[in-house]
This record gives sequence, C-alpha cells and structure tokens, in this order.
Amino acid sequence: MADAGMLRFHVPEPEVRPGGTPDFSNVTIPNAGSVPRPEIDVDPRAIRDMAFSIIRVLNRNGEAVGPWAGLLSDDELLEGLRHMMTLRSFDQRMQMAQRQGKTSFYMQHLGEEAVSCAFRKALTKGDMNFPTYRQAGLLIADGYPMVTMMNQIYSNEADPLKGRQLPIMYSSKEHGFFSISGNLATQYIQAVGWAMASAISNDSRIAAAWIGDGSTAESDFHAALVFASTYKAPVVLNVVNNQWAISTFQGIARGGSGTFAARGLGFGIPSLRVDGNDYLAVHAVAKWAAERARSNLGPTLVEYVTYRVGAHSSSDDPSAYRPKAESDAWPLGDPIVRLKNHLIQRGVWSDERHAQAEAEILETVIAAQKEAESHGTLHAGGKPSARDMFEGVYAEMPPHLRRQRQQAGV
Amino acid sequence: MPRRTMIEAIRDAMDVSMARDSQVIVFGEDVGFFGGVFRCTQGLQAKYGKSRCFDAPISEAGIVGSAIGMAAYGLKPCVEVQFADYVYPAYDQIVSEAARLRYRSNGDFTCPIVVRMPTGGGIFGGQTHSQSPEALFTHVSGLKVVVPSNPHDAKGLLIAAIEDPDPVIFLEPKRLYNGPFDGHHDRPVTPWSKHELGEVADGHYTVPLGKAVIRRPGAAVTVLAYGTMVYVAEAAAGEAGIDAEIIDLRTLLPLDLETIVASVKKTGRCVVVHEATLTSGFGAELSALVQENCFYHLEAPVARVAGWDTPYPHAQEWDYFPGPARVGRALVETLEA
Repeated sequence: MADAGMLRFHVPEPEVRPGGTPDFSNVTIPNAGSVPRPEIDVDPRAIRDMAFSIIRVLNRNGEAVGPWAGLLSDDELLEGLRHMMTLRSFDQRMQMAQRQGKTSFYMQHLGEEAVSCAFRKALTKGDMNFPTYRQAGLLIADGYPMVTMMNQIYSNEADPLKGRQLPIMYSSKEHGFFSISGNLATQYIQAVGWAMASAISNDSRIAAAWIGDGSTAESDFHAALVFASTYKAPVVLNVVNNQWAISTFQGIARGGSGTFAARGLGFGIPSLRVDGNDYLAVHAVAKWAAERARSNLGPTLVEYVTYRVGAHSSSDDPSAYRPKAESDAWPLGDPIVRLKNHLIQRGVWSDERHAQAEAEILETVIAAQKEAESHGTLHAGGKPSARDMFEGVYAEMPPHLRRQRQQAGV
Repeated sequence: MPRRTMIEAIRDAMDVSMARDSQVIVFGEDVGFFGGVFRCTQGLQAKYGKSRCFDAPISEAGIVGSAIGMAAYGLKPCVEVQFADYVYPAYDQIVSEAARLRYRSNGDFTCPIVVRMPTGGGIFGGQTHSQSPEALFTHVSGLKVVVPSNPHDAKGLLIAAIEDPDPVIFLEPKRLYNGPFDGHHDRPVTPWSKHELGEVADGHYTVPLGKAVIRRPGAAVTVLAYGTMVYVAEAAAGEAGIDAEIIDLRTLLPLDLETIVASVKKTGRCVVVHEATLTSGFGAELSALVQENCFYHLEAPVARVAGWDTPYPHAQEWDYFPGPARVGRALVETLEA
C-alpha cells in the first residue's frame, strides 16, 4: 500500500542478537537432489531461478542424491575428508599459536572447510585462484606443504614471503594461489583480467575469483561482473556467503536482492547457489562452472551458502554481536560431519577410523609445526633480515632505496 | 628524421612495442575502434586485432584491476585512463595492488603494467580535465612515475616503460600533444613539426627511466621542471635574460638526484616549478632533497612556483596556471636573494 508522507530511513537488522534464541527459520533449505542439473551451455535466462535455490547433494541420511551426485569416487571423497580435517586441525594449532604469542594474527575456516577444499579438486593444474583470506583449503587440497604455510604465519627465517606479509596472506603461483592482498575485493577484477589474458593467449587455463558476502558491496565486484560478462571471461566467480562480515550480518551488503547469486542475473551470468557445507555439492557445482569456463561459455557466479562458526579473525569476538549458540542452529550442519556420515553410510568409513585419522592428522600437523618453529616464530628465533625489507620493491633497487638501506645500516 | 606530434610519437611507441612483443596489449575507454579521445591508439586495433587493442567499459578500477591480473598471467598491458582526473577509482588498484604485488609475493607475481593518462591543464578543461596528480603516485613505494615533455622522449620513455618489469604511471601533458606550449596562451603555438624535439626516429629506441636531461645549460640558477613547465621555464628565463640551467626531470620516480645535485652545486640557486598544487606537491620533495644535498652551496632559499592550492578553475585558467611571468619573477627573486 502506498505510504506517502514523512520519509523513514531503513537499516536492516539480523533476526537475532546476543541473548536471543538463534533462528534460521527464514532460511529456506530445499531438499537434497531437488535442484536440476542443466547442460553447461544452457541459456542463462532459463536458469534464473537457480540464483534463489540451493543445490544440495547430501541428504539427512548421509546419502548422495539427485542430478549433481555421483562425480566423485569413494577414494576421492576420503581424500576430501582428510583435506577438510587437516585444515581444521591446522587452524586449531595456528589459532592456539597466535594465542601463545607466536604470531600476531590468525584467521580460521571453522565450518567453511568444504568450500575451498572441494573447489580445488574441480580445477586443473595451471588454473589460478584469486583467493580471500579464508580459502587456505585451496592450498591444503593441492598438497602445498603445511610447514611452508606455517613459516609464513610465523614470519620466520624460512618464510617464502620474507616476513613482509600479515600471517595467512600466502602466495604460490605454482599452486595456483594468487598473492592475498588483505584489501577486500581488489582480487575479484584481477581474476577476471587473468582469465581474459588466458583467452587472449588462446590458453586452456581458467581463473577463479573469490570474495565474501560483505565485500560484494565494493565497486571492484561490480567492475569484475561487467568485465566478465562483456568479454565472456573464462572465470568462476565465487561468493562465499558465511552470513557475517566481521560483525555485520549479510543483509547489510545484500540489500533487497534476495541472494548474492542474484547479483549475477543483471549481467546475464548464470548464477547458482550451492550448499557450502556439502563437499559433494560444492565440487559438482565448481566442476560445472569450470567446464563452462573452459568451453568458452564464459563466467559463472556461484554463491556458497555457509556459516562462519569461528570469529572473523583472532582479533574478533563474535559474542558481542550474535547469539553464542547460533552456529549450532545453522541448518546446513558441519561439512566434516556430513561427509563423514556419508562415507560411513557408504560403508567405507567408521567412527573408529575417523578418530584414528584425527589423531594421525594432528600428529602430522604438530610435526609440521615443530619443523616450522625450528625456523623461528614472530618474536623468537630465526627471522628475515632487515635487509630483506628493502629488497623486492622493484626488480632493481633504485638509488633512493639504496641510500635508505645504507642509512638503516643493514 | 621524421617529425611527429607527441600523439603520433606515443602511438608509434605502442605500435613498435606491439610489433616486437605479442604480450603487449592496449585497452581503455574509447581506445579500440575509435583510437582514443586524443587518438593515441588510432589504427592499433585495425593492425593488431581486437584481442590486442580493445574498448573497455567505463570503469577505471576495472581497467587497471584487470590489467594487473593480465600482468600476473604474463601479458604486458599498456592501458589508458582517459584523463588523469579520472584515475581515482583505480587508485586502490594502483597503490594497494600494482605497486606492492612484487614485494608482498616476494617476486612470485609481478606487475609489468603501464597506466597512461593525459595530465595537466591549459586546455580550458576545468577541474575534471586539468589536474596534475603526479605527487599522489610519487608517494607510493613500488611505482615508477614518468612525465615526458616532447615527442622524442615520449616515444623512448613509453617503450622503456612498457619493457620495464614494474608498474609505470605515464603522465602525458596534454597541452604538449600538438606543440611545445610555453604558457603564452595568447600567442600561436609552434607545432612539433617545427621543433627539433619533434624529430622521432622510426623503429625501436628507448629513453632510460630515471634519467633527467639538461634542456638549457646555464650558470646562474637551476630550474627543476617536467612536462609543460619545461617550456614555460625556458620562456621565462629567455624573457628575463637569466642564465638559467633548466633540467627536464622526465622521470619523477626514481629521481635522477645526481643530475640535480651537480647542477645546484654549480649554480647555488634553485627554482622548482610544476603545474600541480603547491602544498605537498612533488616540488616539496625536490626542495627538501636540494637543501639536504646542496645546503652549503645554496646562496638563496629554494623557491617553488606551482598551481595555487585551489581546485583547477575554468574561467580563471590563466590566473591559475603558473605561466612565464610567475616563473620569471621567481627567477629574479632567487637571483636577488
């Protein structure tokens, strides 16, 4: 009904604040297997409703069902489970190391492990991710050495980035992992540029862009969608909607569009939503999008619906802005538990083997940690030299930096 | 030797670079089919195809951001921002990304891009087509900043910038595109076809980044200038009958301090001139460096002549622009000090 008169200013609010009872009844969760799987060359206009649904494979009984199921073998799924468990264990140890003062900062993935771990397995060697700070599963699932990650986190003498970057801002061209900026959204358009370059070069490699729900509000996100759409760039445009941008609920960035996937519709980009806590669904959708990119069909936007169980970072305290038990109420469950149950249901896994694997993984992570710490931690032991600070600003050090290095006496 | 305008020289630099290296690509707003609003890329799309020279959406952040991704891939993008006044949406990409990529990844990824943009005033462009934002880039570690003053240098510097392994901000004084403007806006401009620096050799050559050149030798006072102000300073010195040594800096970052210091130690006096606003302008850096390095040789305070600290006005263009009269006064005052 029309409501002319005094104007009112609207600021969206989450359903529940600290002290309240967590409530996700407004999040519609379609049944697993209920969303169709179109051909990769589908007319984007024919699948607009997919931007408002959620593709799911694992049902409540741990069964893989529907048209997106059946892409991965049991061995591949067991490997995926191990990657997610490794990432979780790695996070726990590094979070603790931060609390022990061994580094300045840490960001964990708790609850979001499936997104990056499963996505990596949909890519091919040579493809390039432009990640945010919460996709270390891309490295773990590609076999990047944990000890090298830890060396970076500790900024020690073996840090491949020479102590120049904040912890977890990894970089590995070899493992298809673009240097993390720490500025938000800048990498999104860079990923599109990388993909354009691959097409210009008649290459076969594709790019993957990563962004969180909150940062989709940055103008770089919109620039990326325009460029990807205009040049049909071979890129997968990932949006990880973990419900929270530090203390800001996703409704502040989303506004009235309903979903983040819907942002892609105006650009004519096929836009899908997927259960981000379902390893099989993430992998299947990523594979579909990667195949589209590699077949000259252009970009796909994928929104991963997940939940950030942990704090934003080691500097954050979520109890100040959301109910403590909210993560328990999250309707899509825990990605590790869900894949574990599926594998048990398949008869290839058990609670005993899971507990044993947990112990083995912890041992491996602790061994890597010991090795990394033998090269130093942020405030103790071996560290990059002050001389390293002046190197690498340019390919060749210009005279003014040489003078400053002399002044610094290093 | 053929004579070319600065536009033709810049176009030739891209043409030569694209012919030599298939990794070099050129794009920007209106850059493809049409050849750019100043026609600097005219004919490149027809010659090299749409994959190597194309039109971009009106998104400076998108143009520079995608160029960074292309450079990370292994291409060498040379992009155009239509006016330096429009570069601000891309500033985050330039400052936080292009400039730091080599450093933060310890050389794992690098960013060999060139961002070309017309700079400076003198064309009645008002506040959105006249700015000189060079100091916003010289303040950024990891960038190189180039301002050519003539067709010969423009071609050689642009080829050097494209071949450079690091990001280069290439500011083209648009008032110099068609001739060496000396600030006398009421007089006809000499075209480059009648100026010796309009001589631009065919084929490949470079003018090294980081090297200044003495445009006019002299003994009484050193003038530090770049871009359009080189000709304004020449006119001012000539009209005031002052034996000024005029240095065309050509590259602001990295700066050729050696040439500057040698000259000021010889003359004992220094005037710094630029179109950009005075406060925190690049002249402040130059002035500080001169006093740090030449203090005991200085016989007068280092003077600065710059744009007033106002937005670039429209109707008052010639009250704003630091023309030969203002520069001449500063020269006289510095000699009398």
